[in-house]
Amino acid sequence: MSDHTALALHGLTKDFGRAKIIRGVDLDVPRGERHVIIGPNGAGKSTLFNLISGRMEPTSGAIELFGRGIGGLPPHRINRMGLSRSFQVTNLFQNMTVMQNLRCALLWSRGHGYAFWKLVNAQPDVTARAEELMERLNLTAKRDVQASLLTYAEQRALEIGATIASGAEVLLLDEPTAGMSRSEADAMVELIREITQDCTLVLVEHDLGVVFNLADRITVLVYGEVIASDVPEAVRANAAVQEAYLGTEVH
Amino acid sequence: MSASQTNARALADTPVARVWLQRAGPWLVAAVIALAVPLFMHSSHALTMLSHMGVMVIFALSYNMLLGNTGLLSFGHAVYFGLGGYMAMHMLRYIEATGFGLPLELVPLVGAAGGLLFGLIFGAVSTRRAGVVFAMISLGIGELVSSSSLMFTGFFGGESGLYGNRTVPASLVGAEYSSGLSTYYLVAVWAFIAALAMYLLRKTPLGWMANAVRDNPERAQFVGYSPQMVRFFQFVLASFFAGLAGGLFIIVDEIITAETVGMVQSGVVLLSAYIGGILVFIGPVVGAILVVFLESELSAITNAWLLYFGLLFVAVVMFAPQGLAGLALQWYGAWRAGDWRGSVAARLYAAGSMLVAFLGLVAVIEMAYHLFQHWNPEQPMGLFMFTVNVTNALPWLLAFAVLAAGIAVFIFHARPVMQRAIHASGGDR
Repeated sequence: MSDHTALALHGLTKDFGRAKIIRGVDLDVPRGERHVIIGPNGAGKSTLFNLISGRMEPTSGAIELFGRGIGGLPPHRINRMGLSRSFQVTNLFQNMTVMQNLRCALLWSRGHGYAFWKLVNAQPDVTARAEELMERLNLTAKRDVQASLLTYAEQRALEIGATIASGAEVLLLDEPTAGMSRSEADAMVELIREITQDCTLVLVEHDLGVVFNLADRITVLVYGEVIASDVPEAVRANAAVQEAYLGTEVH
Repeated sequence: MSASQTNARALADTPVARVWLQRAGPWLVAAVIALAVPLFMHSSHALTMLSHMGVMVIFALSYNMLLGNTGLLSFGHAVYFGLGGYMAMHMLRYIEATGFGLPLELVPLVGAAGGLLFGLIFGAVSTRRAGVVFAMISLGIGELVSSSSLMFTGFFGGESGLYGNRTVPASLVGAEYSSGLSTYYLVAVWAFIAALAMYLLRKTPLGWMANAVRDNPERAQFVGYSPQMVRFFQFVLASFFAGLAGGLFIIVDEIITAETVGMVQSGVVLLSAYIGGILVFIGPVVGAILVVFLESELSAITNAWLLYFGLLFVAVVMFAPQGLAGLALQWYGAWRAGDWRGSVAARLYAAGSMLVAFLGLVAVIEMAYHLFQHWNPEQPMGLFMFTVNVTNALPWLLAFAVLAAGIAVFIFHARPVMQRAIHASGGDR
């Protein structure tokens, strides 16, 4: 493993009782890569994300973020070490406005911690960064709109924004274009491409258009095992992948 | 137009000044009211009631740091109020015994420190989880401390409690605390400071994340915050202010008993915060003032005051879960937006029919209390402006008739009329 590795999985497994959902996954994601994980339903993609982000504890194996083990740590500790995630189902502070959501996501990474001796609105660095993010997310016009009142695509964009705002270098995005129309999905891909330039990206995605458009490398997960992990052209040409996944489930 | 008026207009027209006026306005109004109220209510009974209101305002606001801001339903918040009060009482007695020089104005801080200390201890074990688990643990700790009060009689003073004398310590400002008036002003100043501090706390990173953890603890974790730590800090700060309220309480009453750490006290603060409204800052203030007023005044008028109190709480939970202050703000907003145009008369009509039903209900309750509680039910009782004998059937028939008529008018006429008027004027609220 080199300095260039952002995220590494070694022999990762996860059992739910007798069901083995993740059966020994090894993966190396270099810094700056856009890595897409695909696979049929029930392949364990979301479970893999839950393990990496600390939502679940692995049964065995190791997870390393920039060379430091994070397996079994609580999510907030992993987040502080530089990894953040979005969710398949929109997961925002629904009662807060766009601006408030972004500010909340910025507070920890800007070093404000649990401070109760200073006012949030009096922190110009947080405000400026939130304004800038809002601009890039095209949400400036919705500044003071409650998150629950945004359109679905706007909520997803805000969720990506909140994920980035927490200052993470490694981002896990779980199906960022799920449930979107073609044009919305294309806009979302553009947004992701644009605002994650300095980050390492790991995506779960079903939409193969999005996958081949965005990915530097693709990992194919089937029944909790990696059957291929390569550049898009090689994965497209891989016979095992065609049989296991593309062949049976081309959309 | 005079020059000063022009200046004032010019000042009000600059946005910054206006913003500051809007922010500081409610606080200035509150301060003026708090300063002026003793001019109209200066009996010693009234001054004690006002002081209790101030204490309860701090206590209820501190409770709402848990319930409204952080989503923690506590059944044992009186523990920190009561233990803070005991700490302050021990300090007061120590000053009396040794002549130690802590001025009276700062004694409440001893209570606050006590609240903080016990908040640290009990908060560490109770804030690991929110929801039902937290509620149950708070109940358990409440019981634990309540029952300890019977065992550790040295600290709690046994059944008779502990006495102190607030006139013994020196004063920072040379005030004489033998009168209720100066005591009231001490409470008012502390209440103002504490309320302002708790208001500002909502606007800090911790205050924001408390809301975030209340709404979505998982998302809070994925932006770097430990929900447990956020709850813990909020809990400790809430305990601090509860202890401050306890410290002021013993200055007002000069006595403290084990009841102050008990379940009833924990219940009263929950009711106060909820009746006023837990989602607006002013809510617990309104609730605390109302509850102390009812406790003090309604109990002098009727034996059934606890029943009315319960009815009020049930009515708020069922029909106005946003609380009385929340409801008032909502109505005010609708009225300002013009949603009430064309339906004010219909609304008053509906309110009037409810009032008639309520009067009928009051008559029934009062007569029932007289019938079952009085040593001689045949003795005539005063009811509103009448004198009735509750062993006769006629007063009962009349009372039930008024109650039924009020409800019937509301359901079959007033409510449809009101809904039609609201519909016709285009409002939907």
